[in-house]
Formats: sequence, structure tokens, C-alpha cells
Amino acid sequence: MYAFTFHRPTTVRQAANMLAKNEDAKLLAGGHTLIPTMKQRLAAPPQLVDLSKVEGLSGIELKGRSVVIGATTRHIEVANSELVREHIPALAGLAGVIGDPAVRHRGTLGGSVANNDPTADYPAGCLALGATIITNKRRIVADEFFTGLFETALEPGEIIVKISFPIPKKAGYEKFRNQASRYALVGVFVARRPSEVRVAVTGSGGNGVFRLTAFEEALKKRFSPKAIEGLTVPAEGLSSDIHGSAEYRAHLIGVIARRAVANANG
Amino acid sequence: MPAVSMTVNGKAVSADVDPRTLLVEYLREHLRLTGTHVGCDTSQCGCCVVHIDGIAVKSCTTLAMQVEGAEIVTIEGLAEEDGTLHPMQAAFREHHGLQCGFCTPGMIMTAVDMVRRKGNKLDEQTIRHELDGNICRCTGYHNIVKAIAAGAEAMGPDAGSKKQAAA
Repeated sequence: MYAFTFHRPTTVRQAANMLAKNEDAKLLAGGHTLIPTMKQRLAAPPQLVDLSKVEGLSGIELKGRSVVIGATTRHIEVANSELVREHIPALAGLAGVIGDPAVRHRGTLGGSVANNDPTADYPAGCLALGATIITNKRRIVADEFFTGLFETALEPGEIIVKISFPIPKKAGYEKFRNQASRYALVGVFVARRPSEVRVAVTGSGGNGVFRLTAFEEALKKRFSPKAIEGLTVPAEGLSSDIHGSAEYRAHLIGVIARRAVANANG
Repeated sequence: MPAVSMTVNGKAVSADVDPRTLLVEYLREHLRLTGTHVGCDTSQCGCCVVHIDGIAVKSCTTLAMQVEGAEIVTIEGLAEEDGTLHPMQAAFREHHGLQCGFCTPGMIMTAVDMVRRKGNKLDEQTIRHELDGNICRCTGYHNIVKAIAAGAEAMGPDAGSKKQAAA
């Protein structure tokens, strides 16, 4: 790790000011992505702005027909939340298969979403559920938030405060995980909303999380694994690495998508 | 260098540290509590698991600065003052739940946390599932699983959080 100075603000405003003043500063939430990245010297922020003492960034509440989750809420809290399990069980299930138990005790929703790792679980949940990312400055819909590999619509000095997840009629998540890293080789989140069906894929996109519109249209007509049985996904544009070729991932997306729909139909 | 203060195994400690200091480095190199191990140093193997405010965490992926004011319990803090082993430690010895012993501190800290979260009646499937983040390269896990089931049972129905609550 390269040297950095450590800052511990107590309000979002203080944290945002620190970010605005120091262009290369990074926010530190659970640290379970940032610290390993810094150890590998893939990131070398000169300042770390620790959010652990900032009030009001954590917690889960029901607001109208949405579940609203604070940015520093840990994966274990989402996985165990009665409220999330009752209204969006697929989201609680997603949080419960991130990393391992000790990782879930530290990692946070906001950290995962802000980092936008192309193999992370939460981006798929946000995109399929049509979530809104609420920052200290504005509200950003998921469709406009995830802009590329490790890239988001967040601007300098912008901090995720909470994320609002509209409650779907049905939803399901299925993940084929990399045994070593526990990230998704392919993860598919399917959500049946009152007016539409959304299917989001993580782990495979050459440009990060993406939607499968052909699957969405088929599932809108009939929400069943059978409805997408004959559909294939082109390998073009999918990522290819030592863990799996683009062709392998393309095949797996179809399989995992059918399982995700079956999960949603419970 | 900035100061950091915390409680480790019931004792208040503080030091001036380089902000880069990992919690595991602070425990091992500053406090000489070398029971907590560094295996992979990439948050996968679980040899470095300690309890932060009663919750199992990988101390190789946590900065000492992040746990300001927290209560830390390491493997050294589990046994009684007179040397009587914690029931989970005793079960690992009884059931031969280790060979080289390198992963054992993390296994035991994870197991105690497992009882806190899942109660003391743990079936094999639950234990194997919950050991997802702890890697052993010797035993094949079989005796570790047996040791955890027996240790959990020996901890009693409400003993899971007693040690942390007391710390």
C-alpha cells in the first residue's frame, strides 16, 4: 500500500467537502474492495475518507412501495432484514451470497454499487429492480448510474446516501459463482414489475452489468422459465478470461436466467 | 502518525500508527498477539478472523484506524484466565480438528461467531456452508466440522454471545 492520510468526518457534508478539496481522495466504507485494491497498488488514494462515523448513512426502511437502504448498511444486515425478506426476498438472498460470512459483516451496499465491479452482485439487483441511487446531490436511476467497468455516473464530491428499491411483484436472483473469489461468473436478477419485466446480468458484460431485452420481452408475455428456453445470448461483447470464455458465459447466462425465473416463481 | 485506541481482549490499548497498518499487523506486530495469522492476505482464507464488537471479521482487510473505539477479541482472548480452554478450543483438541494448526485460530473465531448467529445446534450442512470463508489445507475439514458441532453443543444454548458481552 502507498501512504495515505486518514480522515474521519462525522457528517456527509464534511465528507463531501474533503472529496471536493482532494480530487484523488477515496471514500472508505467497509473497505472489503478498496483495501485489497490498495494492497495490490491498483489504487493509491492520497487521502482516505472513512464513513464509519458518519451518522444517518445506515439503516433499512419502508417508504411507500419502496425499500430504502442506507449506503453503509452491511450485506449481513440486508440479508437478515425482516423487512427486506418480506418485501424483496430476492434482494436479501443476493446480499446473503456475497463473499463469505466475514466479508458480509463488513462490506456495504453503497461501497459495492459505487465501485461497480463488473462481477459484483448488487449492480444486477439495482438494475433489474429499477432502483434509484440517492446521493448528497441528486437522484440517479439505475439505468443511468452504471456507465461501464468500475464506472458510474457519480461526479467528484458526490456520495451515495441511500438506494431506493421499488417492491416488485416477483423477483429472483441466481448466481454461478467463481469458487475462489466468490464473485459472480454469471449472475442474473429477474424482476417482474407491475408494468414490465427486467432482466439484469452481472459477471459477464464486457462493459459491466447489462439488461437482456429479448428475455424481458419473452418473460413479459409469460413469466416462466419455459418462455426463455429457446433464447440464446450472443457471445460477442461478453468478457472472456481464465475463468470462462465468452461462449461459455453466453451459454451460462441462459441457464442461470431460467433458474432465476424459477426462483422468482418460488 | 495518528493515534488509534481500542480494547483488545478486555484491555484498553492505544498507539500511534501509520494509517496503512492493518488490524492484523497491529495485533501481531504492535501487541505481539501472534495467534491471529496471515494466510492469504487477500480476505479469502480466514486465518486472520477476529471479533470486532462481537462479530467475526477478516483482520487482514481491516485497517487499525477503522476500529477506533471498538472491542476486539482474538484467539488469545477466548480461554479463561487460568488457562481453561474455551469449549470450542477444547472441542478442536478433542476431535483432532487440526493438523498443522495454521488455520485453527480463524476457524475457532469463525465457529464461535457461527454459534452467536445460528445457535448451538449446528448440523453438518450449516457448518460446512458457514465455513465458506475459512480454508484448511490439511484436514479435509471433516474433523473441523465435527469439532464445531461438538464445541457449539458444549457452549450451551445461550453461551454464544456471553464471551463477547463480557469483553
